[in-house]
Amino acid sequence: MSALNQKSLIKSLLFYLPILLLYASVLNEIDFNYLEIEYFSFNFVYILIFYWTLKNPRYLNYGAIFLAGIVNDVVVGLPMGISSFCYLLICAVTAYLRNITITPHFINDWISLLFTILLINSIQVLSLDFIFSIKVNYMSYLVNSGFTFIFYPIFLYLFNILEKRIKIQKK
Amino acid sequence: MATSRDDFIIAIRSAFLKKSYQQKFSLLTLIFLSIIIIILGNLNFKPIQYVKIGINEIVYRSSFIISIPENYLKNLGIKLDEHLSIYDQFKKNEAELKILKEKKLNNDFLILENKKLRDLINESIQSEDLYAKVLVDKDSPYLKSIILNKGSKDNVKIGMAIVDNSYLVGKVIEVNYTNSRALLLSDLNSKIPVLLEPLDIHAVASGTGKNYGVIEYTKDDYDQIIKDKEIIVYTSGYGGLFKPGLPVGKIIYDNTINDNIINFFSDFRQLDYVKIVSYDIGSGN
Repeated sequence: MSALNQKSLIKSLLFYLPILLLYASVLNEIDFNYLEIEYFSFNFVYILIFYWTLKNPRYLNYGAIFLAGIVNDVVVGLPMGISSFCYLLICAVTAYLRNITITPHFINDWISLLFTILLINSIQVLSLDFIFSIKVNYMSYLVNSGFTFIFYPIFLYLFNILEKRIKIQKK
Repeated sequence: MATSRDDFIIAIRSAFLKKSYQQKFSLLTLIFLSIIIIILGNLNFKPIQYVKIGINEIVYRSSFIISIPENYLKNLGIKLDEHLSIYDQFKKNEAELKILKEKKLNNDFLILENKKLRDLINESIQSEDLYAKVLVDKDSPYLKSIILNKGSKDNVKIGMAIVDNSYLVGKVIEVNYTNSRALLLSDLNSKIPVLLEPLDIHAVASGTGKNYGVIEYTKDDYDQIIKDKEIIVYTSGYGGLFKPGLPVGKIIYDNTINDNIINFFSDFRQLDYVKIVSYDIGSGN
């Protein structure tokens, strides 16, 4: 009985792991800035949302992503709604990609990610600078976009392993 | 051509409107909701402000708990660094202490003299200090701010100065009921009126988004004047924003950017407890 309970607990934990990871990262705002590397930062949340909404949006529903964006805005101190809007734009791109793609290909996804993060970071920078008059460091955004793009294959590999685990548990 | 356009429209419509995979909301609904929140937030719409304060209260506390492992790692790194350089640091401190002891005697005399002069013109500066714990220290690449565990219930108000020991580190920009957010001096949006001493030049210290600040809007071209001089940056108290005389940093020449920068006295990465300072200049006139 307890073994059965434990199995179902692991199953639901694995199923909700992408959401847990999403909330842990927006609350924690993992940025590795304490490493004191001046031009190094990447956006883990973008990679997480892009991967899971592209692969299987059942693991990360849009409502949870919207709320995560609100939480991120509060933690980082951005005007409320900006991150939600950006995260949902990633979802829109991935939903579009899912609809037009018959056989997914890693390179296509990777290039789409670059296009997506450049688009949403541009929207974020422009709206912060011109609408809210909040000065932002353009170079930081560019570096962040670059590293997010570069790190995608590493997280793709890790998330693929995780997805396989979830599927095995489901069966 | 027409077929490919139709395909594109179908794909777009499906992406935005279809509530697939057990989604409770369509993407379009949520995107519109985000835009409405952004607009209402920008217009300072009251209900949105109240919701924001409520969310802030919950999120700041949760973030503090979630950040415990990261903060532990961060502090561990800093401690290790300090242990490795302990001998060099000791020698440096020893030399510095000798100089400071000499300077303190001069300083004590100046404080007394300053007090006497203020009494003569019936001016007094009364300040109230409030100690606060740094709940969240999100040194993100975009915004440099800290969240403190004191809010409107402790009489914290927007604009109050945040001080680490006696060094200025920032000012309060957002106040909730039990917590508040302070913008650090290193943030790109931070601009404070300062005084460059001993030259007596008024200027504005601006953040850069990095761990240093720069001097802006000086009346005189100070670059030539400060060569080979030790310039300390203090708050000038102009505009009634901060108490005058709070030490901010020291101007040093940075070889990497070939310019003068403000090296802040306080290390913004290691803020655990800070003082929230409010002050009042009383005048007999």
